[in-house]
Amino acid sequence: MTSGTYEADLVGVPETHAPTDVGLDYLRADRGIRSWLLTTDHKRIGLMFYIVVIFALILGGIFALLLRTELLTPERTVMDAVTYNRMFTLHGVTMIWLFMIPAIPNVFGNFVLPIMLGAKDLAFPRLNLASFYVYLLGCVVTLGAMIWGGADTGWTFYVPYSTTSQSAVVPIVLGIFIFGISSIMTAVNFIVTTHTMRSANLSWFRLPLFVWALYGTSVIMLLATPVLGLSVIVVALDRAFQLGIFDPALGGDPVLFQHLFWFYSHPAVYIMILPAQGVMSEVVCTFSRRQPASYGAIAMSSLGIALVGFGTWGHHMFVAGMSEFDANVFGVLSMFVAIFSAIKVFTWVATMHRGSIHFNTPMLYFFWFLFLFVFGGMTGVAVATESLDVHWHDTYFVVAHFHFIMVGGTLTGFLAAVHYWFPKMFGRLYSERMGLLTSFAVFTGFVLTFFPQFLLGNAGMPRRYYSYPARYQWLNVLSTGGAWLLGGALVLTLGNLLVALFWGKRATANPWGSRGYEWMTPVLPPKTNFASTPFIGRGPYDYDRPEEAAHA
Amino acid sequence: MNETLRRLLFLPLQRSTVAYEIDRLHYFVISVTLVGSVLVFLLATIFTIRYRHPPEEPATPNVQAGYHSPAILLEIVILAGLLLLFLTWWVIGSRQFVRLRVAPDDALEVYVTAKQWMWKFAYPNGKRAISTMYVPARRPIKLIMTSRDVIHSFYVPDFRIKQDVVPGRYTTVWFQTTEPGTYQILCAEYCGTAHSAMRGEVIALEPSDYERWLAERPFESGPAGEAYVEPYTPEEGPRPQMINLVNEGQRAAAEHGCLRCHSTDGSAHIGPTWGGLFGSTVPLAGERQTIADEAYITQSMMDPTAKIHRGYLPVMPTFLGRIRPTETAAIVEFIKSLRNVPRQGPEGEDPGPVQGRITP
Amino acid sequence: MHEGPLHPQFEDLERQRDAARLGMWAFLGSEALLFTGLFVLYAAYRTLYPDAFAAAASLNDRALGTINTFILLTSSFTVALSVHEVRLGRARRSALLLLASILLGFVFLGVKLTEYAEHFREGIFPGPSYRYEGLRGFGPRIFFTLYFLMTGLHALHVIAGMGMLAWVMVGAWQHRYSPLYHTPLELGALYWHLVDVIWIFLWPCLYLMHA
Repeated sequence: MTSGTYEADLVGVPETHAPTDVGLDYLRADRGIRSWLLTTDHKRIGLMFYIVVIFALILGGIFALLLRTELLTPERTVMDAVTYNRMFTLHGVTMIWLFMIPAIPNVFGNFVLPIMLGAKDLAFPRLNLASFYVYLLGCVVTLGAMIWGGADTGWTFYVPYSTTSQSAVVPIVLGIFIFGISSIMTAVNFIVTTHTMRSANLSWFRLPLFVWALYGTSVIMLLATPVLGLSVIVVALDRAFQLGIFDPALGGDPVLFQHLFWFYSHPAVYIMILPAQGVMSEVVCTFSRRQPASYGAIAMSSLGIALVGFGTWGHHMFVAGMSEFDANVFGVLSMFVAIFSAIKVFTWVATMHRGSIHFNTPMLYFFWFLFLFVFGGMTGVAVATESLDVHWHDTYFVVAHFHFIMVGGTLTGFLAAVHYWFPKMFGRLYSERMGLLTSFAVFTGFVLTFFPQFLLGNAGMPRRYYSYPARYQWLNVLSTGGAWLLGGALVLTLGNLLVALFWGKRATANPWGSRGYEWMTPVLPPKTNFASTPFIGRGPYDYDRPEEAAHA
Repeated sequence: MNETLRRLLFLPLQRSTVAYEIDRLHYFVISVTLVGSVLVFLLATIFTIRYRHPPEEPATPNVQAGYHSPAILLEIVILAGLLLLFLTWWVIGSRQFVRLRVAPDDALEVYVTAKQWMWKFAYPNGKRAISTMYVPARRPIKLIMTSRDVIHSFYVPDFRIKQDVVPGRYTTVWFQTTEPGTYQILCAEYCGTAHSAMRGEVIALEPSDYERWLAERPFESGPAGEAYVEPYTPEEGPRPQMINLVNEGQRAAAEHGCLRCHSTDGSAHIGPTWGGLFGSTVPLAGERQTIADEAYITQSMMDPTAKIHRGYLPVMPTFLGRIRPTETAAIVEFIKSLRNVPRQGPEGEDPGPVQGRITP
Repeated sequence: MHEGPLHPQFEDLERQRDAARLGMWAFLGSEALLFTGLFVLYAAYRTLYPDAFAAAASLNDRALGTINTFILLTSSFTVALSVHEVRLGRARRSALLLLASILLGFVFLGVKLTEYAEHFREGIFPGPSYRYEGLRGFGPRIFFTLYFLMTGLHALHVIAGMGMLAWVMVGAWQHRYSPLYHTPLELGALYWHLVDVIWIFLWPCLYLMHA
């Protein structure tokens, strides 16, 4: 990297922040297993989340590959229908609650949020640790339920199937409830930290955009999660005691459950995508070496998504028997929420205009994100168009659409963050060549997996199908091939990073030459980040000012 | 053009009267989506090439000469245009949606019962079928659907229609085929182990062939013309006879004792009369009222106290689990057949309970 | 007069106090949404079974419900007074007022239990065990299932609140709080007020909106 000049960043921080004054870096500050397991250091907690989240990704990925392998042929390939149905449920549950919801906020949010605010830690460090262990407990309960036999309801738990299915629905649902508690803990922590822990002089409109994204995410988590927790608990009670709240045979309304479920689960999509958008805002500014074209537009659209996202859940239920009027209202609101994402996309692209673009792995992931997110988002608008949704609802079109957003959006955001903050978290540089190569492979595998699924959906193949009419076969074969390529590419990515972790070149404090506040810390941040709260006299994207002025 | 695009997008045949129209919106939306995302991607690529930082040069501290004020006007214009585009889709889409949902008045009605994992069909004349639904081509068909267990979804890709089939309530969907043929029915809402095997067929016949089929004995038609017998299970009661659904409803109403309390000639009795009931406005407690449609009548059988006709006592027992869904449909059909019976109350209203009005 | 411990992540005590308060408010927001889910269920089923819900609500003892409302409101008042007292430096008094609130909490739960017992005697149980002859059908059954869910969840919150109050009461008695530092007491009081506010919404839904 051509980063020599930016060593200046290190010493550019007021003198008191020189690394010698603040002791050892966070990895070596304390020793022993206890110092990790009982740590309250946000960076170490972030790393512990990192490890578990990676395992969840691998587990969910293995499920996905098995599912795709089963779909190679129209009838049985490697497993029976019961196993298949349980496996797609577990794939969904693992990917959503074990991986995607905590991935970016709890790993990277935890790690950089306090540093970005110039704080020593989150407002409630012990609550943060508790959030990790609650999450871990949720993992144990959910994985236990999987060993128990797992549930075969799909991650949506639609009643009355979920209240009558002969599978371990209750433990899985309890696991999800526990994940919810962990989410709320983190959300409270992030919101309070952003409000009260900003260093002096760091006004709201100087916050890095990643902080805005985390803030929006936390608001959604805080408000939507309890409703999901309640609905799944009622399902569990319905199952255990035949309460009949949602059971039509006892006068309950099964469609009401869908309303409650999507009231959480639609905003949950934004819980998963907003942090990825935040990462991309950081990446595009750093590597274009330019201010965001409009800071306010990105920051405010994060909040806009968080708020309007609560009014659109009904577009998941157009064919569930809602009235035409309701469908029209939910339809039009869905059109508005897309505008906020469009604002972000335009602003990112405008940011590159007249920038000085450094092309490397995180930036390449930004490119993939841009394409996949725009395409995935626009197909989202397409499925929110009521008459089209009638044909697409519950087909592979929907599957492809949300994987474009979830995998194409969140996973590429996660991978961009993994590479972008790698030098700060581990003090080493990964192989840029391998990074670019694996990134290309991830994209190719992804498109090959999910593009055919759009066509399958058009052709009318419903989702959650164990066997399918033979006319759908060749597209399925294509998709399965892509899935294996994607899996291989992710394994290579992991390998590249593991090699870098142990044998990578030593990084400098600010290898990207970023003006982001987190890069002002030493190579590896010390335990308390700063000796005293730093005085931040400039914005996080002040690339237009000379280096000396930026740190003056 | 239509055919090329349809094949390019892998869309199924357009065999209902709404399919072509919906597909045209589909082409519009999908091409904008493709073009839009490629454009954004291309623009980003052009910027990357145009503004690429030369790799051999060290990064200069002061990268950017000056601050560019964002092109607010341009952004507003683009966003307004985009919103307009989305709203256009919404306007077209929601109008089509309403059309998809509201069946023409002259539609032929077929009762659909879904259960794990099969489709059952019952015709107003009492004819039954499993998995294969025969309909006359080029005539609107309205399906009145319910489920016996969990939620299913009735989906015919060639017709571009789909509707969830929910236990405990009736949902409807309608279609009109454009030509005779065989069209696959798929279950689109996950319903358990054999969800993907829950398939069926709509066979659209020329109207004259349909009439002939309808007149056949009920057990002798099946897929591919083979004779087949509807599977007989003891819990289903005696084998269905060749009877009209209305007659069957009358028989079931008598058998379950409905007629002990409900009159059919519009006269006063213990419960509200069935004469002229269907489609009428039912006054409820307070100032509320409801329309006596399939949903209300079914609910009144399953949960009689939920919406009681004003002036009547909540004395009716529930028939949930006591009568079979096909009998429910038959009774509804029977009540429907009485819709033109004049009522003997003032101004054609319900005459009220036989012992005079009782206020609870 | 002590100002309480300053945790290392904070710059000063004022921020620490702000953070604690804001954290509690955020948590209360989340709790409110939890109950909102139940209120939504209630509203939806009330629309579906209006008469049954009105009839079932009249089976609840309005007098007991109203008494309980007064009990909870009074306990909120004593909690508010206790915060006031600790601000004046009268920690012991504050502790006694908290004790009063806790006792009122017990009275509230006692009344609730009598109501439950009365319902059980009549055969009004949640879910499938419902066998009250006076009011049959789906509507009343769902009403009482929701009644037990809502009041049960609320009772759990009352118990949690009482635990919290007991903990700060011990603190107050031991002079751990001063006019400058009494954040835990304040937070406990906030939580108790939430429990009270939720009841204010449960009361009309379950007792007053009857036939």
